[in-house]
Amino acid sequence: MSDAPKTTDAPKTDAPKTDAPNTGESPKPIEITDPVEINVDGEQLTVQNGELLIDACERNGTYIPRFCYHPRMNPVGMCRMCLVEVDSGRGPALQPSCMIPVSADMSVDTTSDAVAKVQDGVLEFLLANHPLDCPVCDKGGECPLQDQTYAYGPGESRFVEEKRHYAKPISLSETVYMDRERCILCDRCTRFADEVAGDPLIHFINRGSSTEVNTFPDQPFSSYFSGNTVQICPVGALTAKPFRFKARPWDLTVKESTCTRCSVGCRITVESSRDEVLRYQGVDSDSVNWSWLCDKGRFGFEAYNSPQRLREPLVRDAEGELAPVRWSEALGLAADQIRRAIESRGPASVAVIGGARSTNEGAYAWAKLAKTVIGTDNCDAQLGDGLPAEAVLGLSGLTIDELCAPGGTVLWLGPDPLEELPVLQLRLRHAVINDGVRIVEVGSRVTGLRDLVAQRIAARPGETPGVLRQLFETAPASGDTGLATAAALLREAGDDLRVVVGRPNLAESEDVVLESISVLRSSVPGARFMTALGRANVRGAIEAGLAPGLAPGGVSLSNAAVSDAWSTVPAETGSGSAGILEAAAAGRIDVLVLLGADPISDFPDRSLARRALAATPTVISVAPLLDASAAEARIVLASAAFGEVDGTTTNLEGRVTAVTQKVNPPGTARPDWSIASELAVRIDPAVELGRSAAALAEEMWSLSDAYAELAERPESPSGPEGVLCSAGHALELPATPDVELPAPDSYSLRLVIARKLYDGGTLLAASDSSAGLADDAVALLNPADAAPLGVQNATRVKLTSANGNVTLPARADDSVQRGVVVVHHNLAGADARSLVAAGDTVCDVRAEVA
Amino acid sequence: MNAIVNRLGDSTTGSGEDVPLIVSSRFTEPAGHTLEGYRNSGSYRGYEGLRSALERSPSEVGEIVKEATLLGRGGAGFPAGVKWGFCPPDVWPRYIVVNGDESEPGTYKDRVLMERDPHQLIEGCLLAAYAIGAAQVFLYVRGEMAHAQERIAAALNEAYEANLVGRNILGSDFSVDIVLTWGAGAYIVGEETALIESLEGNRGMPRLKPPFFPAAKGLYMQPTVVNNVETLSNLPWLFEHGVNAFRETGTESSPGTRLIALSGHVNNPGVFEVAQGTTTFRDLFESPRYGAGIRNGHELKMFIPGGASAPWFFSEHLDIPLEAREVGPAGSMLGSGAVVVMDETTDAVRACLRLVRFFARESCGKCTPCREGTTWEEQILTRILEGHGRPSDIDLLTDIGDNISPGPYPVAADPGSGLEAVPFPPRQTTICPLGPSSVAPITSALRRFRSEFTDKIKRRDPIPVSSEPVPVNHAGEFDSGAAHV
Ligand SMILES: Cc1cc2nc3c(=O)[nH]c(=O)nc-3n(C[C@H](O)[C@H](O)[C@H](O)COP(=O)(O)O)c2cc1C
Ligand code: SF4
Ligand code: SF4
Ligand code: SF4
Ligand code: FES
Repeated sequence: MSDAPKTTDAPKTDAPKTDAPNTGESPKPIEITDPVEINVDGEQLTVQNGELLIDACERNGTYIPRFCYHPRMNPVGMCRMCLVEVDSGRGPALQPSCMIPVSADMSVDTTSDAVAKVQDGVLEFLLANHPLDCPVCDKGGECPLQDQTYAYGPGESRFVEEKRHYAKPISLSETVYMDRERCILCDRCTRFADEVAGDPLIHFINRGSSTEVNTFPDQPFSSYFSGNTVQICPVGALTAKPFRFKARPWDLTVKESTCTRCSVGCRITVESSRDEVLRYQGVDSDSVNWSWLCDKGRFGFEAYNSPQRLREPLVRDAEGELAPVRWSEALGLAADQIRRAIESRGPASVAVIGGARSTNEGAYAWAKLAKTVIGTDNCDAQLGDGLPAEAVLGLSGLTIDELCAPGGTVLWLGPDPLEELPVLQLRLRHAVINDGVRIVEVGSRVTGLRDLVAQRIAARPGETPGVLRQLFETAPASGDTGLATAAALLREAGDDLRVVVGRPNLAESEDVVLESISVLRSSVPGARFMTALGRANVRGAIEAGLAPGLAPGGVSLSNAAVSDAWSTVPAETGSGSAGILEAAAAGRIDVLVLLGADPISDFPDRSLARRALAATPTVISVAPLLDASAAEARIVLASAAFGEVDGTTTNLEGRVTAVTQKVNPPGTARPDWSIASELAVRIDPAVELGRSAAALAEEMWSLSDAYAELAERPESPSGPEGVLCSAGHALELPATPDVELPAPDSYSLRLVIARKLYDGGTLLAASDSSAGLADDAVALLNPADAAPLGVQNATRVKLTSANGNVTLPARADDSVQRGVVVVHHNLAGADARSLVAAGDTVCDVRAEVA
Repeated sequence: MNAIVNRLGDSTTGSGEDVPLIVSSRFTEPAGHTLEGYRNSGSYRGYEGLRSALERSPSEVGEIVKEATLLGRGGAGFPAGVKWGFCPPDVWPRYIVVNGDESEPGTYKDRVLMERDPHQLIEGCLLAAYAIGAAQVFLYVRGEMAHAQERIAAALNEAYEANLVGRNILGSDFSVDIVLTWGAGAYIVGEETALIESLEGNRGMPRLKPPFFPAAKGLYMQPTVVNNVETLSNLPWLFEHGVNAFRETGTESSPGTRLIALSGHVNNPGVFEVAQGTTTFRDLFESPRYGAGIRNGHELKMFIPGGASAPWFFSEHLDIPLEAREVGPAGSMLGSGAVVVMDETTDAVRACLRLVRFFARESCGKCTPCREGTTWEEQILTRILEGHGRPSDIDLLTDIGDNISPGPYPVAADPGSGLEAVPFPPRQTTICPLGPSSVAPITSALRRFRSEFTDKIKRRDPIPVSSEPVPVNHAGEFDSGAAHV
């Protein structure tokens, strides 16, 4: 894919008036089910009855200029730029095309003198008080106001009065700045905040020409989605800290890619100048993100630009310090250690954890290295915080569109979508508010779905399967209206039940989730599932083979068809992360490869992760930044990061989309597939893993019929919708384990370790503008549990479990269910994982004032 | 007693013309605002109309209003009975919203109705609610009208206690609640869709029509009838005296009376109930019953026939009767019934600025042409008065006006067919008529008094322009009854 220039050089004034400016916004795709004929500028068109005139025209090549209309938001008809003459039988009248649904025999004139005069007039009005900031404005060069003024505006202004003045700029939040002089009051940002994000924190204040967009006093626009307002602002009124003054739009070159900060997989453009990524913008993928991004994703490039990036491989020297070495040395040492381990204690003494942050190609290269070259099945893309690979691939899948299809019922057992899968939260919000989707949520605390659920059922950790049995199997007691309502909603849904499962709580074992799934599968055989796991490419990595017992293409090792590429597979089935770390802690692992994984920070049992790393003679970390685990490694291989590698990624639906290289990796850092490839030849000179990402993809896609479309059209993931083709539906789910809960004990609270969007993660810590957004750790208790303990705001409490204790400030919070204490993962001040032991079903703790 | 009461007294005594007082008969009654006073004084017996209406079916009640051709008194003059019929069948609940936000300069008749005869309004609400099947009425009173709010609240309490509002009214199975609510002081919430937004707790900005016609998608997106205070206040008399009696006054197309708020340079400003179609502007200004002549022997220069947004009239228009079908074709509108008289001492440019400034300050800011255009007009007029005018300003003012409301404003109706012939939607680039309203005084002044503009443009010495608003009397009672421009 070649770099597309951001701006066209065509002289604007000569451009035909119907040229759509390059805003990346276009009418959402529709199917014509109720065709009507309308006449636009003398041309007879067949369009969908009832769709907005502005879209109907654009779809047919007539672009009507506009400012306030955005195809993914409700029209408001405010800017008046889109006025055209519409005749519905009573004579032509000026009408805002963004508010008028087309109807049969409508006749429309978009170029009449009256229309041209309105366009001239509206632009003159907008420019009257607009400052002459273009030369220093971030939007200059990609500004709809500039572009439309060239195309439709008056040549000069008759405005000789003094322009409106405001202090420039004011900050609406930590991230977004507002220049009120530039604002044209189109209501896009405010509408987005209110309608789409559900964070109505910015508003119009004052009246008439003093109207401005602002926040309430002392209530910043702290929304996880604030960056979208910057993208959709049709002028340079809103700017985002990470991009302000970094580059002029015409200096940026652009490639489409996919955000890999979570498994939603939003489509983005990666925009760079002078080999530095400076901006991502949301791309409108109709099946995924509708052009929206969360701020964590949108500003994620900061981490990769950070000076902390690893530029070269490191090896622990004689003093025990990690010191830079040449690649040949680092790779040689790593290959040596692996070879020795194989020779001395067999291939199973080598293990690979991670890969869910790699591309499919990277994951495949490592899977092949591990399973065919080394011969170990001790591979796991997950860190004890996910679900068994067979469940991830084998549960019949749901796309986001299917999950959100109008009128359906969703049973949400997953993590907090707002914190872990932000743009999915936006899609659900739209589905509930606009499309009549009803959500029943079962969980231990109120999530981002707070105002959206039709019914929430409280269940302490471990209790969800029991609640589900009550809902489906026994008629809920009539007194409990919540349960009865939920049961009725679920009954109504019948077989069309859409279930989202995940790991909402790191302190609750996956067995509980598996049991819930099994209850559901027997009660509602037709139920369809989405597995909502956080890491971007966890599904892709599993499909590539980075899971114990699996070969690429979602088949079990025992069923793997022998091919040229996979002539051998490990004889013994290996372990997942928990088993690997236990073996390591017991001294049975000689080489542990951490492929972009950081068990010390992420594995639910922190103490086990530490012991395992300490006990393993050679830990090899393949990472772009020195995370907590890499800092303990013997060899650190600097890997290229997002934006620096080509390949594909697979989102939580099983949708394969392209990720693209836009810049060069820093220093000598290199893609993880090439690291695997280099290691392979050093371990066995007869092996060639693959010369390029594309070659690896081609090989991987040839291994399973599920990838037929990819194999046939390898370029297809580059489109905004990617290719939906996931493997592994035939996999058997693991047998449901017997889940035993500790006896109820009225003195204990049950621990929930949940995730927040902004935490102490390595990438966030390396991002200038996001690093400060993480809160400190707090224990959240239901007010009824907090009161008897004497917890006031910020009282420090000590939480003690059978495995350890932590002391941290506590707060009463009525979003937490009674009998539960919530501590968020990876926030400064306390690590609740020290209370957890791997393998325990749930974790009960005592709380006392410290 | 204060001035206005005496003036109204004057208007009914010694009158050769027999104008029945349909809505203002209790204005002079000291206790007319109480339930007791409402039942025992005035031109009909309070709540008797309701009693008789409850014996009919709701659709009969609606028919009666239709037959009476009760035109809306809020500005647009749309027949109330027809409007009620626009509610889509079988969509429930429906609401009645009473527009008591009266804020147009010179308009102060609803205020008197609310302060002096709140029960009349309440009975009107009940009749309307009965006809359309609404179980809730929202009575929205302008924020600054504290006295009216108090009087309505007191009257509502009385009416609830007397089982005139609430459950099973007068023993029938008709139940309705009336909710009193008020604004925060914005002219724009007088526009019906902005009022609905405000009622819903949002910032008062108009919605777009289409698709948000209140009758179909109004309050909380339900069918909603918005009526002016005076419109509804006509109903009790109508139901007590009948359609024929109602139609005896006024003309065929505009039956009944209208409350006119007369202000400006007349000797006797005030609120007068006049017969539609038979009273002329000359009667209104000169009759001792009404304006009693231009002040101090001065001469009429111009007058605004129907609220600040109406194009100006001049002496040649004096014999036009106060009737929408006469005023419209002559190039203006009867609008909200506010008539403002200006004598020859009035500076047309300053008068123009005063009116334009009102609209600029009251623009809600939602749409570009009004938000930017009205302020620009104000800036140009101010500059002209400050001695920095440019010859190009006149064309500029005209063209800005054209960019806000292309073509004549309001569109003159075809004399034969009356107001219904006004094309819909109106020729405006804005969302609501507020923006175009600012254009009316400018075009009027430029057409007639162009030389006043050109003279000022030549001058270089400033004419002082005050930007201070006229102090508002919050006491709740009229002091002068006049609004001087
Ligand atoms: C800018 C503007 C201000 C208005 N102000 C008022 C008002 O103060 N009171 C009123 O009754 N109608 C006002 N209207 C008219 C209302 O929108 C609406 O037409 C009226 O309340 C309908 O009642 P009616 O049919 O009984 O006249 C205003 C309209 C506009 C465009
Ligand atoms: S800040 Fe931008 S998006 Fe928001 S109202 Fe102003 S111009 Fe529109
Ligand atoms: S929701 Fe996930 S994929 Fe989308 S922008 Fe945010 S982090 Fe990236
Ligand atoms: S015309 Fe003026 S008052 Fe009416 S919606 Fe537009 S800005 Fe608001
Ligand atoms: S785009 Fe239609 S009014 Fe703004």
